Amino acid sequence: MNLFSHPRAKWIGVALIAIALIGLPFALSSVGTAWVRIANLAILFVFLSLGLNIVVGFAGLLDLGYIAFYAVGAYAYALLASPHFDLHLPFWVILPIGALVACLFGILLGTPTLKLRGDYLAIVTLGFGEIVRIFLNNLSQPINITNGPQGISRIDPFSFGSFSFSQNETIGGIMFSGPIKYYYILLALLLLAIVVNLRLQHSRIGRAWEAIREDEVAARAMGIDTTRIKLLAFAMGASFGGIAGGMFAAIQGFISPESFVLVESIMVLSMVVLGGMGNVWGVVLGAVLLSFVPELLRYTVEPLQKYIFGRSIIEPEVIRMLLFGLALVLMMLYRPAGLLPSAVRKRELAKDAE
Amino acid sequence: MDIFLQQVINGLTLGSVYAIVALGYTMVYGIIQLINFAHGEVVMLGAMVAFSVIGALAGTTLPPLVIVLAGVLAAIPACMLVGYAMERVAYRPLRGAPRLAPLITAIGISIILQHVAMLVWSRSPLAFPQIIPLVRFYIGGAIITGVQIAIILTSFMMMGALTLLVYRTKLGIAMRATSQNPHVAGLMGIDIDRIISFTFIVGAALAAVAGVMVGTYYGIAHYSMGSLLGMKAFSAAVLGGIGNLAGAMLGGILLGVVEALGAGYIGDLTNNVFGSNYQDVFAFMVLIAVLVFRPSGLLGERVGDRA
Repeated sequence: MNLFSHPRAKWIGVALIAIALIGLPFALSSVGTAWVRIANLAILFVFLSLGLNIVVGFAGLLDLGYIAFYAVGAYAYALLASPHFDLHLPFWVILPIGALVACLFGILLGTPTLKLRGDYLAIVTLGFGEIVRIFLNNLSQPINITNGPQGISRIDPFSFGSFSFSQNETIGGIMFSGPIKYYYILLALLLLAIVVNLRLQHSRIGRAWEAIREDEVAARAMGIDTTRIKLLAFAMGASFGGIAGGMFAAIQGFISPESFVLVESIMVLSMVVLGGMGNVWGVVLGAVLLSFVPELLRYTVEPLQKYIFGRSIIEPEVIRMLLFGLALVLMMLYRPAGLLPSAVRKRELAKDAE
Repeated sequence: MDIFLQQVINGLTLGSVYAIVALGYTMVYGIIQLINFAHGEVVMLGAMVAFSVIGALAGTTLPPLVIVLAGVLAAIPACMLVGYAMERVAYRPLRGAPRLAPLITAIGISIILQHVAMLVWSRSPLAFPQIIPLVRFYIGGAIITGVQIAIILTSFMMMGALTLLVYRTKLGIAMRATSQNPHVAGLMGIDIDRIISFTFIVGAALAAVAGVMVGTYYGIAHYSMGSLLGMKAFSAAVLGGIGNLAGAMLGGILLGVVEALGAGYIGDLTNNVFGSNYQDVFAFMVLIAVLVFRPSGLLGERVGDRA
């Protein structure tokens, strides 16, 4: 990292990355608008991974039902901004509401369960994820709240007055398509989230989380109110999930319980693990990689199979899942700290290996 | 028809399957404190292998019992092999690593097994061929089928056999010693690695039989049947007190009965606001409730935090 040690070199690096990020959607849209959408979903996954990283990476609590909070945020947005209840609140009102509701769910789940040992907690969160999904699937009776398996459609996009994020628009001679406009607002929110995460990590709370992760008994002996601090991690992670869910609902315009299955929780977990639990930049890298690589595979493996065998033998979806599984196993076996490990984690694992 | 008795019978059937699967979880947990997340997939593989064999033999003139037995006998070694390989490849290298690490590999293994099964057997479920004649018995206004009786009897026999194995044989003593303290057990001349492998193999064999039973009961087997079943069985193991054999058996049966009764009565109790489609919620509600009020389960011992 000598290259970045010089202050000016560092700022040049930041500027280059900023230019790349600003130019990215136009480069992608020249390949196809589908890729801009993929980039948007990747940003959502980064967002989710950052949220899960607070719970798993910072505080060391394995949450296997994280997608439930994403679902809660998405449904909160969908119910408050769609013809379903004929409510059309603006997005800057709903996103905080979604975060709040998800946060409440986090507290609801965390309060009784956070005193459990790590692996019990994992299973309980997994059960919680399933419970939320089953309720979403069935709460169409007696009052139609979630519209059951059909889901909720025609969800309002983000908009400021008449400026809607779902329409094409020409500003200063440059054509901005809907996905490109979303890209910029998502990117802005993501940068905010990254800053929040970095600040959190080195705050008093962040250090308390780290202490709990390293040794809960010792942390308690040092005067940390472990239950409350763990609950805070849960609630904060859940809020991130809630915001991401709201954004997902707005971008897609349609949500159903199908989008919030266990596999999604595991996918987000894979991103956190692959990148490096506890390291914000590692998690960003993991989420970007696991969002783009499967899509690349979809566009390369499928034609390759057709070319070699004349037909598609393995569906891309299956390849994607097999990759997730392999990534989880191989990472744990050969690089348990992730691609960009956090310094503390590295030390911890080295110590354990002795 | 007596709904109560009927639901108890149905619950007992499923509950004994849960108990058998739960034994696999509880043995592995007891010995290396790992939630073997992929155990449910072993159950699924057992069902798939057995159904393939049964399907292939269904056209022949062999008696149905022989066909089913052939299926079970094919499934058991296949599952044992998977169980052994799983421990060897994914868990053994991580012994002594932070607790989350093997749990995450277990999730990875579970995903891999599920999707490999999907590649091998495709997305569509395998159906159980109509070879077993439907036998029904009437007791007190409820119906019990021949398959249900067979499932309950087989499960209880397997539970008995496992209890004998663990408490009456040398191997069982070694298993219990390892679960109490692996280091000291090693000093006493017990080959820890072998005992752990053996535990996985026994658990996988039980899972294979459980897979055939649950597949036969529902009439189908498919690649994703393992995860929900596994989660419920794990809940059962926790309910009884994880690491405790009798607890897993009790927990499994209790969970099956609670689930069946819940599904049978929830409509009446809530004026049909909630229907039996909430059946799957019960297992998890029970799990959460048990962990909150009695974290060590019904028969488990209180375990303190490890410093």
